[in-house]
Amino acid sequence: MSHALLDVRGLSRRFGGLQAVRDLSFSVDEREIVALIGPNGAGKTTVFSLLSGFLAPDSGDMRLGGRSIVGRKPHEVCALGVARTFQIVRPFPKLTVLENVLIGALVRHPRRRDAEAHARAVLDEVGLAAKAAQPAGTLTLSERKRLELSRALATEPRLLLLDEVMAGLNTTEVERTLELVRAINARGIAVLLIEHVMRAVMSLASRIVVLNYGERIAEGRPDEIANDRRVIEAYLGEPDVDAAVP
Amino acid sequence: MKWAGALAVLGLLALPLTLSSYALTIFIFIFFYAFLGQAWNIVGGYAGQLSAGHAAFVGIGGYTAAMLSIEHGVTPWIGMFAGAVLAGALGALIGYLGFRFGLRGFYFVLLTVAFAEVCRILVSNIDAVGGALGLYITFTGNPRHFQFQDQRAYYYIALALMLLATGIAALIERRRFGIYLRAIREDEMAAEAAGVDAFRYKMFAMIVSSSLTGLGGTFYAFYLFSLQPNTVFGIPLSVEIIIRPIIGGTGTLVGPILGSFILTPLGELSRHYLGQSGLHGAHLVAYGLLLIAVVLFLPNGAYPWLRARFRR
Repeated sequence: MSHALLDVRGLSRRFGGLQAVRDLSFSVDEREIVALIGPNGAGKTTVFSLLSGFLAPDSGDMRLGGRSIVGRKPHEVCALGVARTFQIVRPFPKLTVLENVLIGALVRHPRRRDAEAHARAVLDEVGLAAKAAQPAGTLTLSERKRLELSRALATEPRLLLLDEVMAGLNTTEVERTLELVRAINARGIAVLLIEHVMRAVMSLASRIVVLNYGERIAEGRPDEIANDRRVIEAYLGEPDVDAAVP
Repeated sequence: MKWAGALAVLGLLALPLTLSSYALTIFIFIFFYAFLGQAWNIVGGYAGQLSAGHAAFVGIGGYTAAMLSIEHGVTPWIGMFAGAVLAGALGALIGYLGFRFGLRGFYFVLLTVAFAEVCRILVSNIDAVGGALGLYITFTGNPRHFQFQDQRAYYYIALALMLLATGIAALIERRRFGIYLRAIREDEMAAEAAGVDAFRYKMFAMIVSSSLTGLGGTFYAFYLFSLQPNTVFGIPLSVEIIIRPIIGGTGTLVGPILGSFILTPLGELSRHYLGQSGLHGAHLVAYGLLLIAVVLFLPNGAYPWLRARFRR
């Protein structure tokens, strides 16, 4: 078996009566882009919360480069090389854009001067350099999404978890974010992304994992997934049995 | 900004030459409450963890130094550090309970108030530390006993305390610690996702803040020569501590000092003049009105408002 960067085995998490994630297994290889898709409420964001240490799994294992990350706190997972963004962006509104990214950069550069240089480099890459001195609360939605990505990127992760970074963006902005994710990936950072913008998923991901009711219902290349009967059912509903009879 | 600060300090150093004894007293209280506010500001302002029980640390610090001095003849110059350590230990305990179990907002406020109240009731009922009557310190005027014939000595000690707390806050503000505290205040979950060990830094902030406040307890005890549990552990003192940084601007270096320069003279003068005319408690009304005005018109406090004015 190849050495996956992230290896998830039998992951489960229940909230009261709701089985949010059930016996989920999948992996992300080094330098790979994998997409996690599924209808609303399928458990995708729960998977991110489990991976990033905000939630503890009821059972199952998650390994990063062979080391288990189960039971690690969020800041420890971050130090080990997994960075996440939040679906609903969470900037530090009263801090400047630079300070926002600086917080992430301080993980690998304890000296403030080094961290600041790194944070500026990240802002350059995502195209927010001109806004560095502005409070993050003054940014537009599209800029906030990029800030969210910058902060995660500044922690220099091995695996980047992107939770709907394209949602709510217009076509040009989606195009720009696609470029950015490709560039980040080209630098050797693996990406696991949750996305509803199918064009983005199809053009970025080398593999897609489909969740429904917390379970993996399909996994494969984008072209395989696009024609998978179970996936189509999950998104569009099961065909009417009577109507299906000729 | 730095020059303005240095100039202000020089001015304050020379000021006692020209002050009446009453004015001196007011300045001593301005500095002392600015000091307490600045110490609170580290955990309450920068880290955004609203402790409403900081009086407990003043009380612990004051009682420790006073008891060591009265019972064992230990000079308060040493006792003040013992008080700071004990206050820091109580701060660590409150912080641990609050932060480990994720108490946020009102729940953390209630926890801190509850601890201060427990301290107040415990001390009121332990006769060995003076019970409800409290402790009285005999005046000797001996500097070894932290007592001075000349009021100006208290003035300079209070000024030094204010500068010490401000210096510590300034160091914290510029370093990684300070940025992390602000990130935790803004959005703790996002801070953790970006690699910040929120629990650890909140604990640090709480311990630094409570030890500093405990240090001030000694000044309180040996300047006023008495400690009453209802006063030093009471909610009103906790409110006095918090209200100045809020008026001046929390999470800023200047805020607690500015707040104290606005509020302390107002409190003292209104207590003095309105009290004389039989309107006891009127200064509390003045406080209340000012607080309402600040919350309505300057929600970030006076200093951030002034700063925005001057930049324009």
